[in-house]
Amino acid sequence: MLNRKQPPPIRNAADMELRLPPYHQFTLRNGVPVYTVEAGSQEVVQVELLFFAGLWHEDHPLQAATTNFLLKNGTRTKTAFQLNEQVEYYGAYLHRGCFNDVANVTLHCLNKHLTHLLPVLSEILTEAVFPEDELAIYKNNQLQRLHINLKKCDFVANRLMDVYLFGADHPYGRYTTEAAYQAIQREQLVSFYERYYVHGSCMVLVSGRLPADLQQQLESCLGHLSLTGVRPAGMNHGLFPAQQRIHRIVNDEQGIQGAIRMARPSPTRKHPDFVGMQVLNHILGGYFSSRLMSNIREDKGYTYGIHSYIHSHLHEGSWHISTEAGREVCEAAIIEIYKEMSLLCKEQVSSEELDNVRNYMLGGLMGDLDGPFQIMSRWKTYLLNELSDHYFDESVASIRAMTPQRLQELANQYLDPAAFFELVVV
Amino acid sequence: MIHFDRFMLDNGLRVLVHEDHDTPMAVVNVMYDVGARDEQPEKTGFAHLFEHLMFGGSKNIPDFDEPLQRAGGENNAYTTNDLTNYYCQLPAENIETAFWLESDRMMELAFTKKSLNVQRKVVCEEFKEHYLNKPYGDIWHRMRTLCYQVHPYRWMTIGQELSHVEKASMEDVRAFFYKHYRPANAILVVAGAVKTEQIKVLANKWFGGIPSGEKYIRSLPVEPRQTAARHVDVYADVPANAMIMAWHMDARLEPGYYAADLITEILGGGSSSRLYQALVKEQKIFSALEVHHFGSSDKGLLALESRLVDGVEHAVAQAALEAELDRLLSDTIPAPELEKVKNKTESMIVFEDMSLTNRASSLAHYELLGDASLMNTELERYRAVTSEDILSAGKNIFRKENSNTLYYHAGKSTHA
Repeated sequence: MLNRKQPPPIRNAADMELRLPPYHQFTLRNGVPVYTVEAGSQEVVQVELLFFAGLWHEDHPLQAATTNFLLKNGTRTKTAFQLNEQVEYYGAYLHRGCFNDVANVTLHCLNKHLTHLLPVLSEILTEAVFPEDELAIYKNNQLQRLHINLKKCDFVANRLMDVYLFGADHPYGRYTTEAAYQAIQREQLVSFYERYYVHGSCMVLVSGRLPADLQQQLESCLGHLSLTGVRPAGMNHGLFPAQQRIHRIVNDEQGIQGAIRMARPSPTRKHPDFVGMQVLNHILGGYFSSRLMSNIREDKGYTYGIHSYIHSHLHEGSWHISTEAGREVCEAAIIEIYKEMSLLCKEQVSSEELDNVRNYMLGGLMGDLDGPFQIMSRWKTYLLNELSDHYFDESVASIRAMTPQRLQELANQYLDPAAFFELVVV
Repeated sequence: MIHFDRFMLDNGLRVLVHEDHDTPMAVVNVMYDVGARDEQPEKTGFAHLFEHLMFGGSKNIPDFDEPLQRAGGENNAYTTNDLTNYYCQLPAENIETAFWLESDRMMELAFTKKSLNVQRKVVCEEFKEHYLNKPYGDIWHRMRTLCYQVHPYRWMTIGQELSHVEKASMEDVRAFFYKHYRPANAILVVAGAVKTEQIKVLANKWFGGIPSGEKYIRSLPVEPRQTAARHVDVYADVPANAMIMAWHMDARLEPGYYAADLITEILGGGSSSRLYQALVKEQKIFSALEVHHFGSSDKGLLALESRLVDGVEHAVAQAALEAELDRLLSDTIPAPELEKVKNKTESMIVFEDMSLTNRASSLAHYELLGDASLMNTELERYRAVTSEDILSAGKNIFRKENSNTLYYHAGKSTHA
């Protein structure tokens, strides 16, 4: 008779071998570094061009994001439609994204089509023209989207919290306004494009099943461009965190839920505490069996989900707790959040709970590394942060070595309720 | 080509194994043949609520998540109008943990009052977060009611109204479990660094002893063919006018499905699609636009969701849209354009199959539809679609009397 109360034996995921497959690197003749990861069994490839062209680098609000968005909306010889049609004909995806520190252009395609698609990349990096008409459509449609988003408590809460943490004039805290959309001009896009894309600092990341002549293909499409591999000189932005810690906003009188946000500044990935903070974050609110989820969702039913997470940008970091809860239970939920933070400060986690989270994290890492794009995504984080090639192995080692004592010290250092901004937007 | 082996346990549980030894991971996927369409009209939202309860502990295991996390695994689940799917991903070495967990909750749930009480609240908060406390959040609630008069697709998986979820009782929970969560109504797919022989042993060991249950024979009311265009107006406190249209289309296994899927791409897939180019870029009538279909097991919907540029009237937008649809129906589609949407479909399939969890759930889904090997012939079926097929499927779908239209008016809300 099968004893169903008896769990099958397991091998601790924490003891299993975990290896991040290495990247290869070469440099194009203009100095642009290329990093490649060959993995996977599907005949696909991802080419990501990473530029130091994020919000950090802009002189005017929306300059970086709008330039990035309109990169593929027209070149000297092609309309936006023609560019998109060329990409989509080959079943490829050409995405672009603009973030706090960097911006990117990413191509995904079946590798058999790569030769037809790389020329599109070099075209948008040299000949983008930012047509006035495209800019006008973009402004109008984005503005409408902004008005809709401003009706959502989660959207309003997220942007306010960034202001509290960094200040309204800091690139990480600045948010989009109607006035900024009205003010953005084509000339601002052109100058940003010239400086940060055409003559910008670029890093190329290629992953998937790679064609044998990848280096020649990249060399002929990108090697002659006036890009550089040297990072732009450091720019400094002053932090202006809010003076007031606790905030309550009513955005919608009829609202039936409140967006609860709590956050504090924190060290970035480069700091020696970072891996320990991540373990502590998992225990607090980083996975389904976390303290916050167990208490606030699974015990009290106040919310569909509650999460904590650490943002590590290149220059600053922040530690967040985030949930949407019934309007009438928001204050009760906040009391419980503080209780859980204090508990981690006062009492050591059991070794059983620590083992559990360790296995979950390391087993999850193994799953996360399953696929070429995922492997590259990790290397991208390390490369951007200029971390050593041993960072992955060192992180795994410190997760394995984490102790309840160390977690309690970290909790006392970072989970002091008085260090957190607290916000509810209904 | 996705390889798999298939066998059935004595209790009727269908098992598929997809070996992939390039990964150290394994996925255990259990799909149950029950979705929101199998609910009673006065007890909607139940299949989804039940999915939550499946994590509230089983007869012999008080907590589902913790032992799985301990084994280095993670899991999730989803409910659609057609089916409910659960999956665990974990290091293949520890795969037996997933068998232990999944089989115990198929054997017998704990049915605790606490779990039911809490999950009712959790689902109500989910309902509020995604459908009530959000501009335009009620669109599909309204559209389903408009498009379906008798078929249970007329309600959303989250439920027709909060009160149905709030009133769910323990008797409902038990009855639902023993009717639908039986081996005869389930498909187990195991994928990753495993061997079929090993899975046969594990499947028999853990699932073999579960009573088969009665095979659920679905007999749902058939939606009558729509004979007149339907229209509804909604006034709400939102910043922009929106227009949603939906047309009935073939079910997942019917011949017109593939052409309809390609039509969806032709009209709204990506920035070179017809509607995006004509209506967003050239005519500047729509500020955002999306075309999609439901891919449902019974006859589904092809839908357009759009927001209008400030100042544009709904009637103007609808006329412009209909002009584009007329263009689609008056000419055969140029060969390069058809080739484009087929190429897009090909790469979408390849990209989807990169993930082990996707491969496992796709195999389960195709097996539920009738035969897992359909997964390997999908691309051929898309490739076989001709421009004449597109034309005739288009003519069949975009009939005036087959349309359902919702005008969402920005401004003050009405209390209906």
